[in-house]
Amino acid sequence: TNLQQRRREGPAAALLWQKPRSAAQQRHSVTAILSKMAGADGDDSLYPIAVLIDELRNEDVQLRLNSIKKLSTIALALGVERTRTELLPFLTDTIYDEDEVLLALAEQLGNFTMLVGGPEYVHCLLPPLESLATVEETVVRDKAVESLRKISQEHSPVDLEVHFEPLVKRLASGDWFTSRTSACGLFSVCYPRVSSTVKAEIRQHFRTLCSDDTPMVRRAAASKLGEFAKVLELDYVKSDIISLFTALASDEQDSVRLLAVEACVSIATLLPQEDLETLVMPTLRQAAEDKSWRVRYMVADKFSELQKAVGPEITKNDLVPAFQNLLKDCEAEVRAAAANKVKEFCENLPEDSREQIIMTHILPCVKELVSDTNQHVKSALASVIMGLSTILGKDNTIEHLLPLFLAQLKDECPEVRLNIISNLDCVNEVIGIRQLSQSLLPAIVELAEDAKWRVRLAIIEYMPLLAGQLGVEFFDEKLNTLCMAWLIDHVYAIREAATCNLMKLVEKFGAEWAQNTIVPKVLGMANDPNYLHRMTTLFCINALSEACGQDITTKQMLPVVLKMSNDQVANVRFNVAKSLQKIGPVLDSNALQTEVKPVLEKLATDTDMDVKYFAQEAISVLALA
Amino acid sequence: MSAISASEKVDGFTRKSMRKAQKQRKSQGSSQYRTQSAPVELSPLPQLKDAPSTEQQELFTQKLQQCCMLFDFLDSVTDLKSKEIKRATLNELVDYVSTNRGVLVETAYPEITDMICTNIFRTLPPSENPDFDPEEDEPTLEASWPHIQLVYEFLLRFLENPDFQPSIAKRYIDQKFVLQLLELFDSEDPRERDFLKTILHRIYGKFLGLRAFIRKQINNIFLRFIYETEHFNGVAELLEILGSIINGFALPLKAEHKQFLMKVLIPLHTAKALSLFHAQLAYCVVQFLEKDPTLTEPVIRGLLKFWPKTCSQKEVMFLGEIEEILDVIEPTQFKKIQEPLFKQISKCVANPHFQVAERALYFWNNEYILSLIEENIDKILPIMFGSLYRISKEHWNPTIVALVYNVLKTLMEMNCTLFDELTSSYKADRQREKKKEQERDELWKQLEELRLSNPTLVQNNCHGLPSVQNNNNNNSNNNNNNSNNNNDHQDKSVDAAAVATDDDDPDVSVAANESTPCAK
Repeated sequence: TNLQQRRREGPAAALLWQKPRSAAQQRHSVTAILSKMAGADGDDSLYPIAVLIDELRNEDVQLRLNSIKKLSTIALALGVERTRTELLPFLTDTIYDEDEVLLALAEQLGNFTMLVGGPEYVHCLLPPLESLATVEETVVRDKAVESLRKISQEHSPVDLEVHFEPLVKRLASGDWFTSRTSACGLFSVCYPRVSSTVKAEIRQHFRTLCSDDTPMVRRAAASKLGEFAKVLELDYVKSDIISLFTALASDEQDSVRLLAVEACVSIATLLPQEDLETLVMPTLRQAAEDKSWRVRYMVADKFSELQKAVGPEITKNDLVPAFQNLLKDCEAEVRAAAANKVKEFCENLPEDSREQIIMTHILPCVKELVSDTNQHVKSALASVIMGLSTILGKDNTIEHLLPLFLAQLKDECPEVRLNIISNLDCVNEVIGIRQLSQSLLPAIVELAEDAKWRVRLAIIEYMPLLAGQLGVEFFDEKLNTLCMAWLIDHVYAIREAATCNLMKLVEKFGAEWAQNTIVPKVLGMANDPNYLHRMTTLFCINALSEACGQDITTKQMLPVVLKMSNDQVANVRFNVAKSLQKIGPVLDSNALQTEVKPVLEKLATDTDMDVKYFAQEAISVLALA
Repeated sequence: MSAISASEKVDGFTRKSMRKAQKQRKSQGSSQYRTQSAPVELSPLPQLKDAPSTEQQELFTQKLQQCCMLFDFLDSVTDLKSKEIKRATLNELVDYVSTNRGVLVETAYPEITDMICTNIFRTLPPSENPDFDPEEDEPTLEASWPHIQLVYEFLLRFLENPDFQPSIAKRYIDQKFVLQLLELFDSEDPRERDFLKTILHRIYGKFLGLRAFIRKQINNIFLRFIYETEHFNGVAELLEILGSIINGFALPLKAEHKQFLMKVLIPLHTAKALSLFHAQLAYCVVQFLEKDPTLTEPVIRGLLKFWPKTCSQKEVMFLGEIEEILDVIEPTQFKKIQEPLFKQISKCVANPHFQVAERALYFWNNEYILSLIEENIDKILPIMFGSLYRISKEHWNPTIVALVYNVLKTLMEMNCTLFDELTSSYKADRQREKKKEQERDELWKQLEELRLSNPTLVQNNCHGLPSVQNNNNNNSNNNNNNSNNNNDHQDKSVDAAAVATDDDDPDVSVAANESTPCAK
């Protein structure tokens, strides 16, 4: 009633609150505070609240926000007593503001326990948080509930019953849906620590909200059903929760039904195996065949959790056919969600019948999905299908899975091919990558030239891995040209990634390989007419010098870098300075003094200010001055 | 794979035309529940008009049942013959209920509603394009439209038939029916939403018992749209229906209706996609204000609360709505809201986005608004003067500058004494403002120091609170003294700076000179 009264007064208070203050008034209050701050005889402990109030009333939201965000400073300065008796009532009475300010306030109050005097007084925080939990804006309300949940833990069992639980009840019977929605999130935190009579009341309130008039509240209740079930005694789970679960799972709105699927996981985990069949399975079966694709999607999305929760027997009898149906669903969204779960589902099948189930029930569906009409479905499948090879072993993989991998490597959608390539390591462990290499190459080449630079970037990132798996010969023969071609890509991000890729390859194949295959080509680009390519030479040298070692760096790379210091493009010249700084540590002191130093000194007198800057920086970093 | 041109490689983004073309290809969706067993082939029934009148009713029923068969329209080659039969039958049924009297016997109602429900009620499919932008993209059209359209047509003719009896129909057209109908407003197909709009409007008109329910469910849809999903395709259509409903509300307005205005319609202004339904929304709001002028103040305060901060397009829409409201505002209501409102308008005229500034300045072309301003010039001029004066010099857009001069002139003519006063105190006021800002910065700096000097707080661990408190006071004492000295310095320098910048500004004299003739 107190709350309702306050709510009714809300708009009126708001008028006062937002009443524009004249400039003169404002000036007055600020100077008053200033003089108070200056005055040695004034009560100095007063000023923070004055500042706060003044700033809280400021017309500028940003300033109001600032003061709210520093609430803890102010509370600390006020001391616990005055925080409780002055600050909190002030905040409670004046809650009407922009949502941004309210959000900050809701968050602050969650950390306020110590500032009001510790757990003994934590209930003082309830009134402002209660008001915030009834606000329209979802983010504010959610934050208030989060803070309430947090401070509920700091209440003693007595305070929980005297202060906290009545608040939950008030919220649960509020007339606007927002407060009832907020109440849903608070039942589970107070239930375990109250007496059995209060427990009964809480259960009753939760039951009422599950059949609330507005779908918003039913959704909130459904989303907290699993959490609430976890804190209930098993008997009440069976008697109360199951009937609520069944009702919510057949709600008229699909947005409510789908949330019941989530709760299903927690509920099934709580119940003994023998009760699952009668209490949970009818609802779950119904959900898997719901007429709304959103509900079926949710079942597919939660399939691994559901599988674990119901155990191996029910999985074999019920979930396998349900999963087959989801893989064949008429909506692509549902198929994609199910395809994502193929590997996990197969992994978690009971070992004794795993292979048989996969071969006879799952694999036929998977085969169909490989040529699905929807690319999201195919790419979801491609991201997990390789994982099946470890489960099925070498022979089955070669006979049944390999054709699917090969088909997906030729898919028209680059994402599908990319997903296959990015998971090659699973197959490599089982059958070795050689089996795939013939098909792999065209797929890689095509991706390497894809029109979307993000696709090209993705394939570059798998190059070191592929190189390791395919071996140096295969790489030199087929992939080396690609790696070099990326260095002159039109997109900087690709050139950069290509540079980094070369470094990783050198780490893998060694300096000698670098000297023979990569370094000559990289250094050759130093004479390219395009200055971007000349710069790429420098970037490659930066990346490669360490991996290549002192010998190669001094003898082959350094001369090229030094020669480029005469480049006519300033960008190249200052990158020479940067490169010299970078490779300096790899060089011996003789080379530094006799070769690097003169060049840097010359660059330090360059006409371009950037060249000068970087040359001077290099000189000082390399201690050549 | 086709050869890729260099330009495509460069930006990596496909051309819009290509994207469009791809979309076009699949802009056909169907939401019919597709897992039902394969349709049986239909065989044509005799024409209703050829049947003897004794058998017509029976034949009518048979045809209704025949039309309960659903077909897969995503597959354009299957069941062509049956699809055609169903189409022809539906056409015939539409014709039958719209031209004949006495065909709506009581037993026909369940058959009719059954046919309608089977055909139109379905879960809408997932959007083909998850980032569907209703302003840019082509909507996905309902593939089964050739049939569904006729079913909607039939439903409409059924409701409009002179023999239609709501007392019988209410057994079938019930809350569940309405709920499913409302969910269909989320359809991406504008043709479907248009039919639904007319149909829901007819149902609202004919079924008195469903009215409150319909309003409540629309409420729920809007609240979900605002606070949960931000996605619903039929907001504009629902608002259009509400616009005509509000018109018919009895006075005094019920609390339920006021709540709807304040808790649903006003928050709807926060939606990202406001442009799609703003016209309808503003119409509803103005309807409310014409009914009950005392709602003006809370409505305008609500709009000011949700005033867009970053989206200029939305800001222009808000200004448009404000003008619509001002067109019907009562002078007494205007007085209540003028200060906060014109503070916002003064921010708008100074907006660097010229469309926002222009839209706000256009208020001065509105005779009624001008008369309201004139009546309250002593309140409004001080609020507006600062930003008008500033942008008359600073705005980058010459059109805006020209408009601002006109507005300043108009305001000056309304009260030139006040105008002169403001002109001469402008510099001093700006200096004061700057000083005030400086003082505020100082204050917060002090508080920050207080916090930093207090390690306990930084760690957010306040076990030793009482002693901390003492420290705290000492610290703040010191800080105060120090800072006070600093403050003096700061103030001086700020004053100097402020004077300097103002000297740089072109002077007020232009406006001041203009005002002299008027002063005499």
